[in-house]
Amino acid sequence: MKTTITALKAFILLTIICGVIYPLTITGIAQITFPSKANGSMIYQNNQIIGSELIGQQFSKPEFFWGRPSSINNNPNSSGASNLGPTGKAFKAQFNARVDTIRKYHGKIEVNTIPKDLLFASGSGVDPEISPEAAFFQVERIAKARKYTTDQMNKLKDIVKSSIEAPDFQVFGEERVNVLLLNLRLKGL
Amino acid sequence: MIWQDYLQIFIFLAALIALTKPLGLLIYRIIEHKSGSGIFNKIENGIYRIIGVKSDTTMDWKTYLYSLLIFNALGFGFVFLIQLLQAYLPFNPQHLPNVEPILAFNTAVSFMTNTNWQSYAGETTLSYFVQMIGLTVQNFVSAATGIAVFLAISRGIRNRMNKDLGNFWVDLTRTTIFILLPLSIIVALVLISQGVVQNLNGYTELNTLEGAKQIIPTGPAASQIAIKQLGTNGGGFFNTNSAFPFENPTPFSNFLQMLALILIPSALTYTYGKIVGSTKQGWLLFSVMLTLFVVGLTVSLYSEYSMNHSIGIAGNMEGKETRFGITNSVIWSTATTDASNGSVNAMHESLMPLSGMVAVLNIMLGEIVFGGVGSGLYGMLIFVLLTVFIAGLMIGRTPEYLGKKIQAKEVQMAILAVIAPSFVILVFTALAVMIPQGLSSMQEPGAHGFMEILYAFTSAAGNNGSAFAGLNANTPFYNMMLGIGMLIGRFAIIIPVMIIAGSLSVKNITPVSAGTFSTDNALFGFLLTAIILIVGALTFLPALSLGPIVEHLLN
Repeated sequence: MKTTITALKAFILLTIICGVIYPLTITGIAQITFPSKANGSMIYQNNQIIGSELIGQQFSKPEFFWGRPSSINNNPNSSGASNLGPTGKAFKAQFNARVDTIRKYHGKIEVNTIPKDLLFASGSGVDPEISPEAAFFQVERIAKARKYTTDQMNKLKDIVKSSIEAPDFQVFGEERVNVLLLNLRLKGL
Repeated sequence: MIWQDYLQIFIFLAALIALTKPLGLLIYRIIEHKSGSGIFNKIENGIYRIIGVKSDTTMDWKTYLYSLLIFNALGFGFVFLIQLLQAYLPFNPQHLPNVEPILAFNTAVSFMTNTNWQSYAGETTLSYFVQMIGLTVQNFVSAATGIAVFLAISRGIRNRMNKDLGNFWVDLTRTTIFILLPLSIIVALVLISQGVVQNLNGYTELNTLEGAKQIIPTGPAASQIAIKQLGTNGGGFFNTNSAFPFENPTPFSNFLQMLALILIPSALTYTYGKIVGSTKQGWLLFSVMLTLFVVGLTVSLYSEYSMNHSIGIAGNMEGKETRFGITNSVIWSTATTDASNGSVNAMHESLMPLSGMVAVLNIMLGEIVFGGVGSGLYGMLIFVLLTVFIAGLMIGRTPEYLGKKIQAKEVQMAILAVIAPSFVILVFTALAVMIPQGLSSMQEPGAHGFMEILYAFTSAAGNNGSAFAGLNANTPFYNMMLGIGMLIGRFAIIIPVMIIAGSLSVKNITPVSAGTFSTDNALFGFLLTAIILIVGALTFLPALSLGPIVEHLLN
């Protein structure tokens, strides 16, 4: 019985420290030091939230840059992936459907020439980024859909180039381009 | 793979090796320090006064184990109850309803046992109240429980005819307040600087550029993610865990989280060496762990970068995030299954067959390649005792480890600790593939579907928590069976380990002589590695050949 009472007291005390004081203190510090990041890196336009830098949006129209294929149509609540075995039939069917979508707008091109990340679904279903190759690959399609002049198309290529994010500290992770931010820059063109 | 990939692997391993000694030493000093008068002592003594503990009273193995079990039972009861009542409790801006009892049972067991298997989806099932006051707390104390058991058996090995294994309340307090909490604060703040969310707001609803509706979940994530990594818990705040950008937004946050998930288990090898009075013993265990880690990593990398013949493309990005790429996803999948963490930054079900096999085999080996905080090392010590015993049989001498005679009782208990999780994996899987309640949850047919079930029970028995997430595990059958599996996988090891600790503690230490079988040289390291692999292979090869091996050969 004495042990149970000690256990109960210890449990209550540790709950207060680890479950109340700790998360609330961290929340407080976060809200003061990194308010924008701690609240989801939201992008505002005219005082309205139009998206988060970190959460990919669904783009399927030819005049926008597309992100990674998503098993949940980029709806982050709740997040999910295909969870298919990459050598199975179900995956092959999805993979072929993704190839067909690309071919519908890009012509009958070899599968090997399509940037890989446009054919494999992301883990979170809301991956905000694609590889630079995948971005450059889409420039022509977008220019055609938006009836751009050659000059404008070259400008678009420059925009992509300037949107490339290097690996963190030049070492960690991959080169990448944020799709939503890139699409927002289309407006000014 | 290009040179940047090799460089990242090198930096990861170098950081791990470099931090093992300083952190291990720090943990040793915190755990074993005598009372003094500094600020830390004041805090500590204040805590002991509140909970009514005299810090200098010591416990034998029974009292230590009893205190631990009662404390864990309370934690289970509390997390179970607040889930059943979350609709009536505060911090629930999404007005999520009460959780069903069987799911609540599964989740409560899962977090108490340091497994963090998640049948639920965080953002649509649990309120902030449950996540903070229930789950975050269990993240801390389940990790501290593992370290406590590790400390008890280490002291049992060190003691000379003495019952004193330390004081559970002291170990719990020091581990939680002075090791896990400060490290978590540092990691949480760095993660927030990278973009991990930390707030108490409701979810954001918005219209996307193309005009679709999007609901963005949020919450006090960073504080929980820090401890989920450091405490080898692994339970994500969001459904896709550390693949979700709010949980792991940048390659740097990813590096930090990967390091955090394996850091403490690694450092404890040094702490162990200090406790038993020979750091060489600790480095030997570290070397065996690192070797097995690197072998697993190599096979996984080879497999993920190799040709997928069914689609004709080499380099598998399915279920992986752009910012991490293949290499960082594979380092993570290897580390998280070795370290009994179970968080993921890429979907394990979409790994190539051989890398999926490495992931499940890492868990099957007993979560001893670094393993969970504390639990990895006491699991490894079980294999050390077995190795010493088998070596003793081979050379015809009474087996000894660090001067302690290893006799029938220790070997029986060690065997029990090895068999219990294997029983859960094989028997529960066999049961599930025979009955409709088991089979109907499979997402994929054939070998891959079998692997979904095998992985689930392996994850439960190893207290890992990662999943082949295609399996619909949120059914009464799986919630119940996996819950039972997690309990067996945790306590059918802790109890034998504590019995061994008690038994070794009261034995005399035989002085070292010319005939002593040395346990800190390369020969012993080789023997230990061989025993681990032989036991693992003999037990699980048949099951694996029905799953990933068939899949690999068919591709």
